[in-house]
Amino acid sequence: MVPTLFGRIQTRLFLLATVGVVVTALIVPVLPGLSGPLSQDYRVAFLVLAAVAVLGVVWELIYHFLMQFRWEKDWPTLFGLLTLVPEGLLLFFLLRSGAIGSLIDPVPPASAFWTQFVVVWICVWLVSNGPMRVPFIRWRFRGGRVL
Amino acid sequence: MVAAAGIPMYDIPFLSVGGGIGSFVTLDYLRVYGVPTSQMRVVSNIDHPWQTYEFLTRCSQIPRPERIRSDSSSRPDNLWGFPSYALEEAWREKNPLFLFQIATEPILNDYWTPRAGTVFRNLEREAKRINYWDMLVKGQVRMVRRRAGGGYFTVVTPPEGTAPTKRIVFRSRFVHIAIGYPGLKFLPDLQEFRQKHGDYQHVVNAYEPHEQVYEFLKTRPGTVVIRGGGIVASRVLQRLFDDREKFGLQTQIIHIFRTFVTGSHGPHIWSRRKGGDGWAYQGFNYPKSVWGGQLKAEMRKLEGPARAQKYKEMGGTNTPWRRHWQEQMRAGRSGGYYHAVQGTVERVERAPDGRMLSYVRSKDGTVREPVSDYIIDCTGLEADIAEHRIFADLLRFGGAYRNPVGRLEVERHFEIKGTASGDGALYASGSATLGGYFPGVDTFLGLQIAAQEIADDLSRRGFCRKMGPLRSTSQWFKWAFNKAV
Repeated sequence: MVPTLFGRIQTRLFLLATVGVVVTALIVPVLPGLSGPLSQDYRVAFLVLAAVAVLGVVWELIYHFLMQFRWEKDWPTLFGLLTLVPEGLLLFFLLRSGAIGSLIDPVPPASAFWTQFVVVWICVWLVSNGPMRVPFIRWRFRGGRVL
Repeated sequence: MVAAAGIPMYDIPFLSVGGGIGSFVTLDYLRVYGVPTSQMRVVSNIDHPWQTYEFLTRCSQIPRPERIRSDSSSRPDNLWGFPSYALEEAWREKNPLFLFQIATEPILNDYWTPRAGTVFRNLEREAKRINYWDMLVKGQVRMVRRRAGGGYFTVVTPPEGTAPTKRIVFRSRFVHIAIGYPGLKFLPDLQEFRQKHGDYQHVVNAYEPHEQVYEFLKTRPGTVVIRGGGIVASRVLQRLFDDREKFGLQTQIIHIFRTFVTGSHGPHIWSRRKGGDGWAYQGFNYPKSVWGGQLKAEMRKLEGPARAQKYKEMGGTNTPWRRHWQEQMRAGRSGGYYHAVQGTVERVERAPDGRMLSYVRSKDGTVREPVSDYIIDCTGLEADIAEHRIFADLLRFGGAYRNPVGRLEVERHFEIKGTASGDGALYASGSATLGGYFPGVDTFLGLQIAAQEIADDLSRRGFCRKMGPLRSTSQWFKWAFNKAV
């Protein structure tokens, strides 16, 4: 899929709300480093997921801008994977620095955060690079728009 | 009138004309949407949909084991594009490197592209699955005309002896025309040489069978002039370099570019294409975003001159940057057997020794007169759409007209503008519709995009049901397990 701006944003929100939610629901009980009650772990994990979605809208604007320097106006598969590094680092920094600490409390330990973040990211990336096209045959021709 | 003339007439709601890959993907879409074979026919003079494509790719030096220039998820046999060809080949050939390549293209690796043989094998499987041959009617379509009561008459000449009359007629509510390229066009100076000397052996088009060139070069050292800077020129060059290496040949290659690209080019930092050594580099025939991204969305809104301008901006002959080709050309330049020059060929004449003498004038005024044993035209010029009788007739009598780049003007859903007839519709897809709201028409994925637009339009008209996520998923499983639709 070669995205348009609205397509990027929609795809991100849609996949986080589906694949992201399912994967998070499955892995929270086995995330390392968590010691609180399970209900609290779930609450924190879904807040982290929501933060990836909200911050992601801003990231998508940046990616769209950077994409303009590419002749083909495409976004290679590899970029979709590697952008987990800056996005993860920024979110981790925001959590640790207390900038969004009041919203996500308690702040998850690094091991739990990175495990959840990387696993969700890879699952979303894999789905967006293939299986997404199975139910949604028009999605790839509309720049990633779901609606 | 038709009945009174004693011409047999057959009623069929949906008729596709052509029988190549354009017809195939459209019928495939409709079959998957749920249309039974009894509702559709395809009239063609070829036996299987990939026949012409395979002929042309083989001539232009892509036999079945070689790779075509097409994206991994552009699968004419699979409208979902999943699993992609890369996944399939990685599985079949037990080669995980393909997966690494597809995940890192085009940054760390060249674009991964499928083998021609993979494409043909899968087309055959899908054609069997959708009962393609139950829908095939052999014949040559003469014309498609609007019918007074709505819909269309399609006049067909069946193969001799297969019908009681010279012509048969189909009466349909919907007709789809996908007859491919109207024809090859030669460079004028080469055409003149061929006609003047009656020599069709030494001046050849890369899309014609021209194996004699390579066979001759195996027998003694020779010189070949290549014209053009596209993918076909790259392919022919590769063959010449490969043969040189494999058989220890002495072939000299002179490559003439009319437009010699020396580096990145384009008016703005946001619209600059890479290039060098004569070539403009691009992964596929069009910038990747024409099949679904930004360019597709932009073009969809443009009309008239603005659309023509956009086509011009993203157009131009180009070829992919492939590591292997770059190495071969580098070796050729340093070894003194590959010479790329800018120039316009003014004329070609017979040299006293019987070989060909090209008069080439460069922009800086230099005149070169290379003598060669063969000239291979790799420019891939296409003939005007009116060269094809069906289009000529539609333009004259059918209400069709030309788009801003001179081909057939179609709607966003690929209905030919000006040809509506009652509750019927006439559609076209493929090369004839280049210049429309969607640019990548003459590609695998472009044909599928057109097919989807057509199928969705037909569902709006009540011919079939629109396919939603549930049916799509269940149909995908049928595809995956090779079960009938």
